[in-house]
Amino acid sequence: MIELSNVRKVFPAARGGQEVVALDGVDLAVPAGDFAGVVGPSGSGKSTLIRLVNLLERPTSGSVTVDGRVLTDLSAEEVRKARSSIGMVFQHFELMDSRTAAENVEHPLELAGVGRAERRRRSGELLDLVGLAERATARPAQLSGGQKQRVAIARALAARPTVLLCDEATSALDQASTTGVLQLLRRVRDELGLTVLLITHEMSVVKAVCDSAVLLEAGRVVDGGRLDEVLSRGDSPLAEALLPAPLADDRDTGTLVRVTVTDAAPETRVLQALVGGLGLDVEVAGGSVETVAGGRHGRLLLRVTGADQSGLDGALERLRGAGSRVERVVAGAAR
Amino acid sequence: MSDWSRIWPQLADATGETLYMVAVSAVVTVLLGIPLGVLLTVTGPRALAPHPVLHRVLGLVVNLGRSLPFIILLVLVAPLTRGLVGTTIGSTAAIVPLTIGAVPFLARLVETSLREVAHGKVEAALAMGARRRDVVRTVLLPEALPSLVAGVTVTVVALISYSAMAGAIGGGGLGDFAIRFGYQQFRTDITLLTVALLLVVVQALQFGGDTWARRLARR
Repeated sequence: MIELSNVRKVFPAARGGQEVVALDGVDLAVPAGDFAGVVGPSGSGKSTLIRLVNLLERPTSGSVTVDGRVLTDLSAEEVRKARSSIGMVFQHFELMDSRTAAENVEHPLELAGVGRAERRRRSGELLDLVGLAERATARPAQLSGGQKQRVAIARALAARPTVLLCDEATSALDQASTTGVLQLLRRVRDELGLTVLLITHEMSVVKAVCDSAVLLEAGRVVDGGRLDEVLSRGDSPLAEALLPAPLADDRDTGTLVRVTVTDAAPETRVLQALVGGLGLDVEVAGGSVETVAGGRHGRLLLRVTGADQSGLDGALERLRGAGSRVERVVAGAAR
Repeated sequence: MSDWSRIWPQLADATGETLYMVAVSAVVTVLLGIPLGVLLTVTGPRALAPHPVLHRVLGLVVNLGRSLPFIILLVLVAPLTRGLVGTTIGSTAAIVPLTIGAVPFLARLVETSLREVAHGKVEAALAMGARRRDVVRTVLLPEALPSLVAGVTVTVVALISYSAMAGAIGGGGLGDFAIRFGYQQFRTDITLLTVALLLVVVQALQFGGDTWARRLARR
């Protein structure tokens, strides 16, 4: 469980500069076992946010609670000990070049004073978990980016943490490695019952692995919630970031209708009503439908043509009454 | 030439003196210079244990040590030398100024090496629950090792060149030998021989150091 309560982080002014408010009253609650994402443009404060969770950065005000312990109230020595139950993986892996893969995994155990035999056993087990058992004696320089991140994940899990922090963990990887690493993260969350907090600027990452997400802008949380809930809201800025609404083109034939698709409100009903019910012609002008958080979500832009459109507004009204999210769009102003 | 039978043993002695002075002062320099370099690094701004006053004082001492010409240092530390080894004359006495001259030199090189270790690695260790001393022991020093070896090699080579001045306080060694036999007796052949010998020693050292550093870096 991770809880940030009214957290502010102000970096003092550099010489001749102005102080920087990185986080401005952020509240965030990640329940135990959740896979949560924080998204936002660069400079929105998400890197600062994740570094607050294990107090690599101390908040200027506000509190940080992990698994019921208020970290911001602990002494430096207690914080140091608490960090061993919070694993962290980084964008650039940060493996020690002087150590083999196995020795890197053993590093946190060494720091915790675990004996050699037990360390060996544990690093073997973890490298096996991340699928790199046969590379135990390889140096980081001999591993690919995806392999390095797998070793870093094994290292982060070595001390049996309850919380895993991922700081842009896939941003330095190619698409294939990203998919592999995300699947691994999801799997270790499921198998070990971890609480995961992931920050990223890539919306595809959130869609692939997160149960919930918040959108950070200029140091504030502007939107958030469980993904299925967020995506079924038509007016959510986070949903807009995750599944951008298709732009209307400027052809001036027909009427444009935007449909927000969910499992509860599939597009089939809309198509049936317009094509079957009214006898209109409907084409898809843009948009996409994807599986996110286990459900179908998407935004479609339909172009409706046909001689008699007089029944259209009434039909849309009835569809809305039945739970569908449909609206007429003025051409050139789809948003 | 008949006098070579007289010169060879002296050359052997001089070589022995040089190796003795350099070896002992190199060991002491490593023992003092690496901790000083670590202290200089970790007390720096935004480093592991920032301490502006200590950092500045250490920086000043190191700069002072590095800016003094060695021949001046030799004379300047004579009282300290007498206190430590009981005399200011001879090879053993030369070890004191040699070490004092080389420690700040090595400390700066160590600082540069440690600063090159990516800050992300330090953070990764802190995130694992490392103490600051753990970070120095398990991250900074091992990650910088290839570059530290290179720094020690440069320092030992510098010690050889400093040691050539030890003759000025009766420290003997190859520098002294070259002056007494080669220069003062107009024996250019002896000077050249000494230079060749020094060159071989320096080359061997540099090669050894480079090979070791490269092997470490290839890990």
